[in-house]
Amino acid sequence: MITTSGLTKIYRAHRTRGREVTALDGVDLHVREGEVYGVIGQSGAGKSSLIRCVNLLERPTAGTVTVAGQDLTALAGRGPRAGKELRQARSRIGMVFQHFNLLSSRTVQDNVELPLEILGKSGKERSRKALELLDLVGLADKAKAYPAQLSGGQKQRVGIARALAGDPKVLLSDEATSALDPETTRSILQLLRDLNRQLGLTVLLITHEMDVVKSICDSAALMEKGRIVESGTVSELLATPGSELASALFPVSGEATDAHRTIVDVTFHGEAATQPVISQLARTYNVDISILGAAIDTVGGLQVGRMRIELPGRYEDNVVPIGFLREQGLQIDVLGQEPVLLKEGAK
Amino acid sequence: MTWFEMQPLLEQACWDTLYMVGWSTLIAVVGGLPLGVLLVLTDKGGLLQNVVANKVIGQVVNIARSMPFIILMVALMGFTRSITGTTIGREAAIVPLAIGAIPFFARLVETAVREVDGGLVEAVQSMGGNTWTVVRKVLVPESLPSLIASTTTTIVALIGYSAMAGTVGAGGLGDIAIRYGYQRFETELMWITVAILAVVISLIQFAGDYAARSLHRRGGTSGPAPKLRLLKASTATSKTV
Repeated sequence: MITTSGLTKIYRAHRTRGREVTALDGVDLHVREGEVYGVIGQSGAGKSSLIRCVNLLERPTAGTVTVAGQDLTALAGRGPRAGKELRQARSRIGMVFQHFNLLSSRTVQDNVELPLEILGKSGKERSRKALELLDLVGLADKAKAYPAQLSGGQKQRVGIARALAGDPKVLLSDEATSALDPETTRSILQLLRDLNRQLGLTVLLITHEMDVVKSICDSAALMEKGRIVESGTVSELLATPGSELASALFPVSGEATDAHRTIVDVTFHGEAATQPVISQLARTYNVDISILGAAIDTVGGLQVGRMRIELPGRYEDNVVPIGFLREQGLQIDVLGQEPVLLKEGAK
Repeated sequence: MTWFEMQPLLEQACWDTLYMVGWSTLIAVVGGLPLGVLLVLTDKGGLLQNVVANKVIGQVVNIARSMPFIILMVALMGFTRSITGTTIGREAAIVPLAIGAIPFFARLVETAVREVDGGLVEAVQSMGGNTWTVVRKVLVPESLPSLIASTTTTIVALIGYSAMAGTVGAGGLGDIAIRYGYQRFETELMWITVAILAVVISLIQFAGDYAARSLHRRGGTSGPAPKLRLLKASTATSKTV
């Protein structure tokens, strides 16, 4: 639904004294239709530039952006002003913002009607659609209120209703929950998830909060210094040994009790979760296993278990038991050892 | 001078002042608003970024603003005649008054429009709005309270300028204060004019502030009618982000 290839954005700002800042460095992103795709990264990683390049609020220096089969970069033309075709394409892409960006001079309903005014819809049609959307986001009773009279969560609901006014197939969410408290964040994420399911909406969101990815994303990508260093569906990521995203999504803790011991992270998902592997391991190899930490959680709708265990002796002494665990179809990460598959672009 | 002699003079002067200030304010707003918006749009990072145009408009505005009004009036005489057919009287005074007030108002508009959050502009762009949509739906309505305050400031400044219009025989309160009060030593008449000016300016300022505040309140805090708010001030919810 959204594809970027070789997307590059270089800022040449005067305030950096002629130095160039590369915000995006050849980003290839592929968001499938109907999924919730999260891009996570620290501030300055280029997430904001990425999402702004998708609807060309920022002009990429190089690369292409395709949304719903339409090459937006080809529509952009020269110069900073957006032509008619690009504006039409933008009206089919909804966007929600961190600071809501509601017009304080308009009522909630008038804010939701704004995109419809731009599309040239009649007054009757606008108010029908706006009330319908406000009902959808649970704010039907606030239609005549002004944004200043709403809480942060309510403002974001208005922002979402407004983004949906043009019946978009794609919704871009720029840190939509970063200005909200945890409770409100959950309810907004739930709303986004519901909309994704009910309307078949494709959602591309950027965030710096791992919880956001964990609770609603089908796929995720990790950005560092303008590049995507890891990406895939959540289950693919969890199955990738040494995946930074996977361990951040589902952390297990526990320190080694002794330097001469081997720490192993075991991730269970799917079939393997039902096998009594730990007791089999202890019986077969006659090893004493200590469990340092363990958790079962739902990540991206999947039941995943993760356990950090400690085996006596160094890694060299434990090659056979670790091999046994791998044979059981479990994903094994040995701490302090290079993962089997090197991640692309890792440090 | 008796009150009966003064009354028709003052009445006529009030009307002359209102006439000149009213028309020149109208022209200043019509001319200064687009100019001020253009100053913002053509600036670096603006939607119509154009460094040359920005510099040219900026310079013209600066020169016109730094010109003493009385000089501007004299300098514009030829232009005034070509528009009104005369350089004397109320109509003739409106031309330099308006031209002096346009750059003044344009700068105030520029400041007001710059205050508008750039995120709102981005939001409208993301909906497919063009530059004109941004101006019409965001920049002007969102800065309306400030624009009204700017208009008030401009009206008050124009009342001051209009005193000088007396030199071209345009009449008005300022003119009476100078000709009768100062030059003919009719001190009483002068003080009455001063009092009228003070009252007029206070009223305009009050009305402008009230209008700006009631618009701002709508966007700023919740609350019912302004009168009730005095009683419920403590319960009014503050602006939350």
